[in-house]
Amino acid sequence: MKYILKLYISGKTENSQKAVENFQKLIRDLSARECEEEIIDIVENPEAAVENRILATPTLVKISPGKERRVVGDLSVRNQVLFGLDL
Amino acid sequence: MYVQKLATGIPGFDFISNGGLPKGRNTLITGTSGSAKTIFTVQFLAEGILQANENGVFITFEESPEDIRKNMHGLGWDIRKWESEGKWAFVDASPQIEGGVIIVGKFDLEGLLIRIKRAIDKVGAKRVSMDSLGAIFTQLSSIPIIRSELFRISVELKQMGVTSIMTAERTQEYGDISRYGVEEFVADNVIILRNVLEAEKRRRTLEILKFRGTNHQKGEYPFSVVPEKGIIVIPLSAIELKHKSSMVRISCGNDELDKMCGGGFFRDSIILVSGATGCGKTLMTTEFIAGGAKKDERCLLFAFEESSDQLFRNASGWSHDFEKMENEGKLRVVCTYPETTGLEEHLIRMKTEIDRFKPNRVAIDSLSALERISTIKGFREFVIDLTSFIKHQEIAGLFTATTPTLTGGTSVTETHISTITDSIILLRYVEMYGEMRRGITVLKMRGSAHNKDIREVTIDNHGMHIGKSFTNVSGILAGRPMQIPAGELDRINTLFTDEAK
Repeated sequence: MKYILKLYISGKTENSQKAVENFQKLIRDLSARECEEEIIDIVENPEAAVENRILATPTLVKISPGKERRVVGDLSVRNQVLFGLDL
Repeated sequence: MYVQKLATGIPGFDFISNGGLPKGRNTLITGTSGSAKTIFTVQFLAEGILQANENGVFITFEESPEDIRKNMHGLGWDIRKWESEGKWAFVDASPQIEGGVIIVGKFDLEGLLIRIKRAIDKVGAKRVSMDSLGAIFTQLSSIPIIRSELFRISVELKQMGVTSIMTAERTQEYGDISRYGVEEFVADNVIILRNVLEAEKRRRTLEILKFRGTNHQKGEYPFSVVPEKGIIVIPLSAIELKHKSSMVRISCGNDELDKMCGGGFFRDSIILVSGATGCGKTLMTTEFIAGGAKKDERCLLFAFEESSDQLFRNASGWSHDFEKMENEGKLRVVCTYPETTGLEEHLIRMKTEIDRFKPNRVAIDSLSALERISTIKGFREFVIDLTSFIKHQEIAGLFTATTPTLTGGTSVTETHISTITDSIILLRYVEMYGEMRRGITVLKMRGSAHNKDIREVTIDNHGMHIGKSFTNVSGILAGRPMQIPAGELDRINTLFTDEAK
């Protein structure tokens, strides 16, 4: 089953930049499987924050596989991210 | 530069806050569970839309928008309609993901802030409500980050020029201001809502703890949540004594009593009639009403002890036709059992009745029946507020109070309201020669001379008759009447004249 992951960030803040780095590393390590990823900047695209009810940034949303899961933060601890996403 | 106020439109609140909430600032509303915090936040926006043509944004961290729409419908607020008219916008931040979210590393609340800003722009909001901060702490369990982020949001809201309120839970009625102990540092102003259990009765109060840079009334003020209206704050001790005073006299409905009072009651005075059960209080109320109706005045009677049927039958037993008065629109009788609701709500209902019927005379039979549903403090506040309200209408009010003992004695009601009333009339049983007789005296008549005798009262099918005074008897009011021989009385009478000579 394909992985669908979306990362919501807010501009060029320190937290957002760290999260993007950690997110890209994660994608690379998961590359054994088919993966669809997207990074959405809610400063540029506020409507996305409204639609997906984003409260905190950065927020990583796992759409698939399994149930939707959210992890909030700069994603600095890999194990906890995987646990949070139930992967 | 001084802090301007924004009139909220919440009844009574603008009075105790000396004009409303500090404009363009953030106010924290804190209270225990069930203290009407959510109602306050919704009403703040609702009154803005209804009264001031100011639109609002509601940010919910706890209940879903659908729950809020449903729950508030009973208070007369149609949020869905306002949403469709572009006057109200929700920012739904209620928890939605099962099991919550996992926090990994640092984060900010930029998502929330962006959504709030968009909602404010969308409806052109002037008022913003956030309910409740506690829920965001449980959703995202990092207190230091949330604290600094809430501070940032509060600063942004100020820059946008909106007046905002946010709620936080407390665990105790008297203790820390809020559960996480951080919210109050975020807000410039703090209001505490309380729902205290006192002598088995719930009593809601509102206290303005601080308004940074501006003034407000201090202390706790009772409030009530009324269907179709919402929160009504009762601004008791803030009431000013500035009602006009009239010298116009009105008949109390009994010629002899009018004479005892020096020509009748003053038109805008409050009269307290005190007496034991069965000694003529309801009769005096009936005559007071009949006296008004005879002069084409409108009379409103609040009865807390007897049913309407009983009252009408009593009246006809004393040759007064209540039914006719009612048909002619001169009389309205409101019978309520005291226990049906809290004292604050009784007060609001009574004021509404007075506003609607616009009577010239108001009678309450009996005021002491309301004593048992409240604490002494609550009762006293009730009487002060009601008395002040009646005086502002420039109408006469007659209250009855039942004394606990048959002879002599005072009631709690009397002790607490005697200084507020303008006139006090005592009805007392007098035991003489193995027979119970009734006595009446005018104890106090503010601004007028009055008869100070204790006179005998008889009651027949034409009502009340006031006869001669009880001479040669002392100790009636103390409940221990004693005969004084005529010779002794003469001696007492000459005691003081001797010295004068």
